[in-house]
Amino acid sequence: MSTPKKVFTKGNEAIAMAAINAGCHYYFGYPITPQNEIPEYMAMHLPAVGGEFLQAESEIASINMLLGAAATGVRAMTSSSGPGISLMQEGFSYFAGNELPAVVVNMSRQGPGLGGINATQGDYFQSVKGGGHGDYKLIVLAPHTGQELYDLTIKAFELAEKYRILTLVLGDAILGQIKEPIVPWIPEKTSGDADRDWLITGAKGREPRRITSLFLADGAMEKHNWHLQEKYDRIERDDVMVEEVDTEDAELVVVAFGSVARIVKSSIAQVREKGMKVGLVRPITLFPFPRKTLLELGGRAKNFLVAEMNTGQMVEDVKLSLPDGCSVEFYGRPGGSVPTPEDLFDVISETYKKL
Amino acid sequence: MKQVFKRPESMTDKPFHFCPGCHHGIVHRLVAEALDHFDVREKTVGVASVGCSVFLYDYFAVDVIEAPHGRASAVAAGTKRVLNDHVVFTYQGDGDLAAIGTAEVIHAANRGDNITVIFVNNSIYGMTGGQMAPTTLLGQKSTTSPYGRDCRRDGYPIKMTEMLAALEGPSLVSRVAVNTPSNVKKARKVIRQAFQMQIEGKGFSFVEVLSTCPTNWGMTPQAANDRIAEEMIPYFPLGTLKQKDVIDVL
Repeated sequence: MSTPKKVFTKGNEAIAMAAINAGCHYYFGYPITPQNEIPEYMAMHLPAVGGEFLQAESEIASINMLLGAAATGVRAMTSSSGPGISLMQEGFSYFAGNELPAVVVNMSRQGPGLGGINATQGDYFQSVKGGGHGDYKLIVLAPHTGQELYDLTIKAFELAEKYRILTLVLGDAILGQIKEPIVPWIPEKTSGDADRDWLITGAKGREPRRITSLFLADGAMEKHNWHLQEKYDRIERDDVMVEEVDTEDAELVVVAFGSVARIVKSSIAQVREKGMKVGLVRPITLFPFPRKTLLELGGRAKNFLVAEMNTGQMVEDVKLSLPDGCSVEFYGRPGGSVPTPEDLFDVISETYKKL
Repeated sequence: MKQVFKRPESMTDKPFHFCPGCHHGIVHRLVAEALDHFDVREKTVGVASVGCSVFLYDYFAVDVIEAPHGRASAVAAGTKRVLNDHVVFTYQGDGDLAAIGTAEVIHAANRGDNITVIFVNNSIYGMTGGQMAPTTLLGQKSTTSPYGRDCRRDGYPIKMTEMLAALEGPSLVSRVAVNTPSNVKKARKVIRQAFQMQIEGKGFSFVEVLSTCPTNWGMTPQAANDRIAEEMIPYFPLGTLKQKDVIDVL
């Protein structure tokens, strides 16, 4: 086998490339920094594969165009950043109620409001707790490298179809803009599910179908919500993804996701050189959250440090997951600043020394 | 014996839930007749909106996607991009299309998206119980304009047909009414033309249908019908404002 060919590319382009290679031939979107390379790549490359790129008049339109395409069973996506993702929340809720599969990328930028265009993890709550109305979940994937942006974009389409659910790839300005080598690959399955019994394809030779989230009959709404909940339970049971680094002997475990986890990896290498036994738990799926991993780890490593580029969001889920008797420290930097490996080295060393 | 009148194939046999005297039933039927006429029922996707017409899927024997409030044109644009050999139509009320969904319909029209939009204008929010709509006439009382619509506070009733006819994208923009047998005949013809435009690939077609809402207008069906002629048509004149014969090319 020949050596896989590496491509030197921006994170945003890695996502677009992965999506097309996964058979996503429909893209709807509205310009917003720092994710513009995604629509630009799609506009350039989709025609060649017989696909369609459509620039919407707003993110509200993008998510609803996506809804209209997803109902036909094709692989389709949109992408945006903070303010645009906020506008899509109504649509997210309808995707959940309608049980439609699609992929959305949030290359998040600082908020609140117009905020700034640099990296943040301030959209954690919005992503995993649901920014739209109703009792629903999205699958949320949090890549931390260019290669993982590529890999998880492909995974996002597979999970979306497996569960008829909206899957969010949550990156940030650093991940979208960073340029690094990746190895593109093509998955086995490169199209949507053409033969499912719910697809909207025209009622040719069969009963008409409907995509709806309206349940007015007695008990119908409750039944639908229990059905959704059962699906979310299955996702939590079967599709948690988490990376553990040096946790076997760790006396202090750092929990971080996305670009912060990547920075923490450098810091941990530095503190390990100084003889400090520190490990990392990196949730790759933010929903489903790796509760079991933390519960088990909390049985032997009692000290945890959560690092986020926000003022404390994922830390709540970490605290809920750990068994009683664990201590949880938090280091957060709000939107507008990015910690360096040295900053985190200092924080980790100081926390470790206090154990 | 020869059967001369029957339910269109594109309709189910479910009885309408609409109030007595409401025009939705007539408009539903005219749309179904058009689908039958072109024999496209099996390759049609309807997009339902929010309001009294959300139950589109109960009455049309076609695949239906229910859109969030106001977003039907955007949903249809997405569906049509994939199923470009299918007939895709939206069916929207005035609150849905001319208030919360104004941006979506204007841009679908401006792009010339090859879909058909049936816009039912009854000058009031029906399902939510009679609130002021963007098309509520000046002086018209509603639950949120209890002293009558005042242009100094609420602006003027919006004329969607005139607005959309000003764009280059649409292939057909027309306003019809179904308050008299003769108007029903004209409406049937225009709705059929609208679907023909789509089937011929000429781009966005739009038919505004002036409609009654006897319940929320507080009128008998007959009085509501009369109001269409006496108050609505003078402000919202009937007629086709735009019709293309050729397809625009790049």
